[in-house]
Amino acid sequence: MTSPTPFPSGPITGVSGTTVVVRGDDIDTDRIIPARFLKCVTFDALGPAAFADDRAELATAPSGPHPFDRPEHQGAAILLVNRNFGCGSSREHAPQALMRWGIRAVVGESFAEIFYGNCLALGIPCLVADHASMLAIQAAAAEAPAEIFRLDVAAASLSAGSQQWSLELAGGPRQMLVSGQWDATGQLVANDAALQATAARLPYLQAFAAASAA
Amino acid sequence: MADSEGSTAVSAGTLYDKVWDLHRVAELPGGASQLFIGLHLIHEVTSPQAFAGLKDLGLRVRHPERTVATVDHIVPTTSQARPFADPLAEEMLATLEANCAEHGIILHGLGSGRQGIVHVIAPELGLTQPGMTVACGDSHTSTHGAFGAIAFGIGTSQVRDVLASQSLAMGKLKVRRIWVDGQLQQGVYAKDLVLHVIRTLGVKGGVGYAYEFAGPAIEALSMEERMTLCNMAIEGGARCGYVNPDRTTFAYLQGRPFAPSGEAWERAVAWWSSLASGAEAVFDDEVRFDAASIAPTVTWGITPGQGIGVDEAVPTLDQTEPDERPLAEEAYRYMDLQPGTLIAGTPVDVCFIGSCTNGRLSDLEAAAAVAKGRHVAPGIKAFVVPGSEQVAAAAEAAGLDAVFREAGFEWREPGCSMCLAMNPDRLEGRQISASSSNRNFKGRQGSASGRTLLMSPAMVAAAAVTGHVSDVRALLNA
Repeated sequence: MTSPTPFPSGPITGVSGTTVVVRGDDIDTDRIIPARFLKCVTFDALGPAAFADDRAELATAPSGPHPFDRPEHQGAAILLVNRNFGCGSSREHAPQALMRWGIRAVVGESFAEIFYGNCLALGIPCLVADHASMLAIQAAAAEAPAEIFRLDVAAASLSAGSQQWSLELAGGPRQMLVSGQWDATGQLVANDAALQATAARLPYLQAFAAASAA
Repeated sequence: MADSEGSTAVSAGTLYDKVWDLHRVAELPGGASQLFIGLHLIHEVTSPQAFAGLKDLGLRVRHPERTVATVDHIVPTTSQARPFADPLAEEMLATLEANCAEHGIILHGLGSGRQGIVHVIAPELGLTQPGMTVACGDSHTSTHGAFGAIAFGIGTSQVRDVLASQSLAMGKLKVRRIWVDGQLQQGVYAKDLVLHVIRTLGVKGGVGYAYEFAGPAIEALSMEERMTLCNMAIEGGARCGYVNPDRTTFAYLQGRPFAPSGEAWERAVAWWSSLASGAEAVFDDEVRFDAASIAPTVTWGITPGQGIGVDEAVPTLDQTEPDERPLAEEAYRYMDLQPGTLIAGTPVDVCFIGSCTNGRLSDLEAAAAVAKGRHVAPGIKAFVVPGSEQVAAAAEAAGLDAVFREAGFEWREPGCSMCLAMNPDRLEGRQISASSSNRNFKGRQGSASGRTLLMSPAMVAAAAVTGHVSDVRALLNA
């Protein structure tokens, strides 16, 4: 299904919604979006393809359908994962597919770096929970799929009903999200004078003349 | 650490520190740094949406002369005639061509003599040089660290940022030195070394780090071997890996089309030499390996960290760390391999030699040395895909294509091929491949149930001629 809610924009101070648990370590971006779906020149159609092969595999498995195919998780906004989520390929198609499916925040034990940066560039916060908390969060979510979870980005915490868990979010990304400056393009372009000054001191852009002058 | 702001005098610290400081433009309000990108490489898969984003913002490419394009992921390796049979592939290449034409970006296209996998062509053209920052919308950009560059993969939004500003918002990494003593045995290659490192440190071990590869065994590696090593740093979780530049680096670069020449060459070598991590450099972490103890290494599972020596058995749950057991159980099921059984002797269906990891001339030479005078075993599909048009030409000039053809291998046109499922080269059903590529993820090679055993090109050739996973050392000595 495709997300009914608008894509992230402006300050991201919190995300509220139901949850979907995808368990397992080292879930790579080939699994989040198989490569055949990368044959496209826009991201528009990626939502339904999130986890396509895992979903097909589980459709007929005794353990039942993939969480993304269970009726109680349709419309979920918060994805709950384990360690090293999003490893492998740099494809932004992975967070784009999750976002277009409806995901607005991810909480996990750890994230692969490029995936984390791609999410940040889309305004999707990725917060880290320790192992024990993550298992508790996933258990709570699995027990009450209709429960609304509230992620507070500024406070780096997640709550559901009377339960609350402390999470980690590095100062830089937190500041970028809550201030609405997670989309860095404008700032980068605005610093053009400093950028040109940097270029002017790079030996390889000056026929290596600066090396002997240093 | 050197404070090189406003100066190019660099002497202390790690190479990573020096290159970072030199390219740092500004500190951004969010706490990230703005980093100048010296070389931006683009291809057809991760750039179209970035160009569209640029257009939406009403921006132009800030430094088209620092941006270089090629086409690799979607190209067929049997016939490269246009238009491609796959209309989606044709649309992606046509879009890249239009974007490059509109923005004045050089595209090394099919038939130019310079096309190939982006991480093969930039080094061979002399575009990748020590001390640069290199970015590309492709995780295997870490390859370029072989030259003492700081090179890393980025997503499409960041591709847009680099197009717009020739810079990126980034946080600084820690540096782990991976020191390798000794010497690799005959029949053991850089691929085995890096699979061994990842097996030992894990696929998450490098998250938050740049890997500096150093020590006698690293200094002894050729540039192509260093590229194989750095290519797979990302498979160990490290966004970039690098080797300090030395005489091997300079000898490789001299005379290449985009390398400095004349008087600038001497100045370049002096500057490049000054970039290496100093004796007093402080690392955030260090791990040591002994090259002589490493065997040809093969993956048995569904992550590049699930690797073993070719003389070992698939590990049992008892031999697996408790927190790695769920993944091991998933791998047993998916791969249909029994814990406790030797990996050698595992029958294979398809043998693939190529990719940005192992598609260079020396890789093909090593595989050809095994294939020569032998023949692909019955029922096995084996094919060789040169990493670039230049690699293909050099291999053909040396007669390697004939060696492979006589041995029953197909000789293909350059491209990413069966490393990933974006072109016609794919596994079918539950086929199992011996592959010189970099990822054995579930479904990676184009079939949702296809299985991949990663290994060196020589080991792939050994599997092709015997029909099963075999220790290439026995064939080299036969």
